Amino acid sequence: MTDAETTRAVETVFRMEQARLIAGLARMLRDVSRAEELAQDALVVAMTDWKKNGVPDNPGAWLMATAKRRAIDGLRRREMMARKHAEIAADLEDDQLRTSAFEEALDDDIGDELLGLIFTACHPILKREARAALTLRLIGGLSVSEIARAFLATEATIGQRITRAKRAIADAGLSFEVPRGADRDARLPSVLEVIYLIFNEGYAATSGEALIRFDLCAEAQRLGRILAGLMADEPEVWGLLALMELHASRLRARTGPDGAPIALPDQNRAAWDRLLIGRGLKALERAEALEPERGPYTLQGAIAACHARALTGAATDWERIAALYDDLWDQAGTPVIALNRAIALSMARGPEEGLLHLSDIEQAGVLPGYAPLPAARADCLFRLGHLPEARQAFELAATLTRNTGERTYLLKRAGACCQA
Amino acid sequence: MRVVVFVKATESSEKGIMPTTEEMEAMGKFNQELVEAGVMLDGDGLKPTSHAKRIRFDGADRTVIDGPFAETRELVAGYWIWQVKDMDEAIAWAKRCPNPMPEASELEIRPFFEMEDFGDAMTPELRAQEEEMRDRTSK
Repeated sequence: MTDAETTRAVETVFRMEQARLIAGLARMLRDVSRAEELAQDALVVAMTDWKKNGVPDNPGAWLMATAKRRAIDGLRRREMMARKHAEIAADLEDDQLRTSAFEEALDDDIGDELLGLIFTACHPILKREARAALTLRLIGGLSVSEIARAFLATEATIGQRITRAKRAIADAGLSFEVPRGADRDARLPSVLEVIYLIFNEGYAATSGEALIRFDLCAEAQRLGRILAGLMADEPEVWGLLALMELHASRLRARTGPDGAPIALPDQNRAAWDRLLIGRGLKALERAEALEPERGPYTLQGAIAACHARALTGAATDWERIAALYDDLWDQAGTPVIALNRAIALSMARGPEEGLLHLSDIEQAGVLPGYAPLPAARADCLFRLGHLPEARQAFELAATLTRNTGERTYLLKRAGACCQA
Repeated sequence: MRVVVFVKATESSEKGIMPTTEEMEAMGKFNQELVEAGVMLDGDGLKPTSHAKRIRFDGADRTVIDGPFAETRELVAGYWIWQVKDMDEAIAWAKRCPNPMPEASELEIRPFFEMEDFGDAMTPELRAQEEEMRDRTSK
């Protein structure tokens, strides 16, 4: 291998191993910043060593062994007298003496360590955005600038957000361990929320730097798959995975060549990704088998599955979708769910029924300035043939959206009201 | 990006020799790693080509050819579909795979075509054309 090839190989291996490396180190040292530094140090050592001696058979174990050794050296050299640190160092040394084969020790609990890091990065003491940024940094291995571009924020903002989050974790003295029993159940929703937030950042806005945003969806799916691999008995983990795979299966078909969104019934179903649909349906099956009483993510996955199963837009089982939204509304009665339920009802039972439900939401005043609300009303009015009112509502929706492609679409529909 | 990784056939895979328990365990462990890294989308083994058929096209003619097929090195015995960051990552994963065959064997990594691959060359007009084509081929 040439030096350049080795450098690339080292960087690749590092990218793949980074999360596990940081997870293992963070749990030992109770310090995520230090864990990141040590991981970086190990990378630097690997760069020179692997160029000389070749890439080792088990590069992950090699990096971990190197980082651990440096951790011990560091603890000694800095003469950290605090008893806690001395104890950690002693534990580490015992560890090293006991297990001659690092790989075995690594393989044994690495899943748990990674899971521990995910649970820590998604801890409710952090703000939602901070949780998402930290998860992408630590588990996803994205650079600060990549995260900044994905969230349409400046590097300084994201950098600060991550630094503050790390400090908050250190100050709170979190253990980097997977909570057990009731604690785990209480914390899992936060983990799922963060992954779904990341997915939606990629999915919701189709403008901007589209590629990065697609990557963000892919990264969220990957995180979901990792979680499903590590927590295979959790129905909602599979439910969220089903939801993401099924939504992602439609990514390609969601926008036209000009970037304008294409409504679900009008999408070219041939462009839907069959592999992801298959994976989504399988994940959903698994979620439903684990827990017949579907949780919110599994319900949303089931709704997405109804669309995936329909061979044409007209063949969509809207009654079933409306029923699933009823269940979802009972569990998590957010205004957006109410809106989607109203849309499903309008498709299942006609636009009049839809308008009734939409009026309730409008009167509650819970979604002020939310473009999809007047857009839904406009669609119902259009279907009833009340064209001037429909046009007004489409135009109102167009003024409310911040997405250029969506605005074009809504104005086009407003225009169609005049021609019809 | 997505890649398909072909496990090339060998003499023993074509003879239908099943892997030993140890080999299955090693492969199972590797697959588990792929799953826990969120990399593996799909994968399976294929029966030897003695179970396979080929359809040969020549103008309007269609001829069915029964397996087994001779050119062992060109045949496929199994596949994975992986989602990876780039080709380097695919290579790094493939290197970790235990040898899937008792004898010398090969994996072949082939990236899927993605819309992004066409970059700026993929103008909105071309993309529309491509989508129209997909539309028509789906009917």
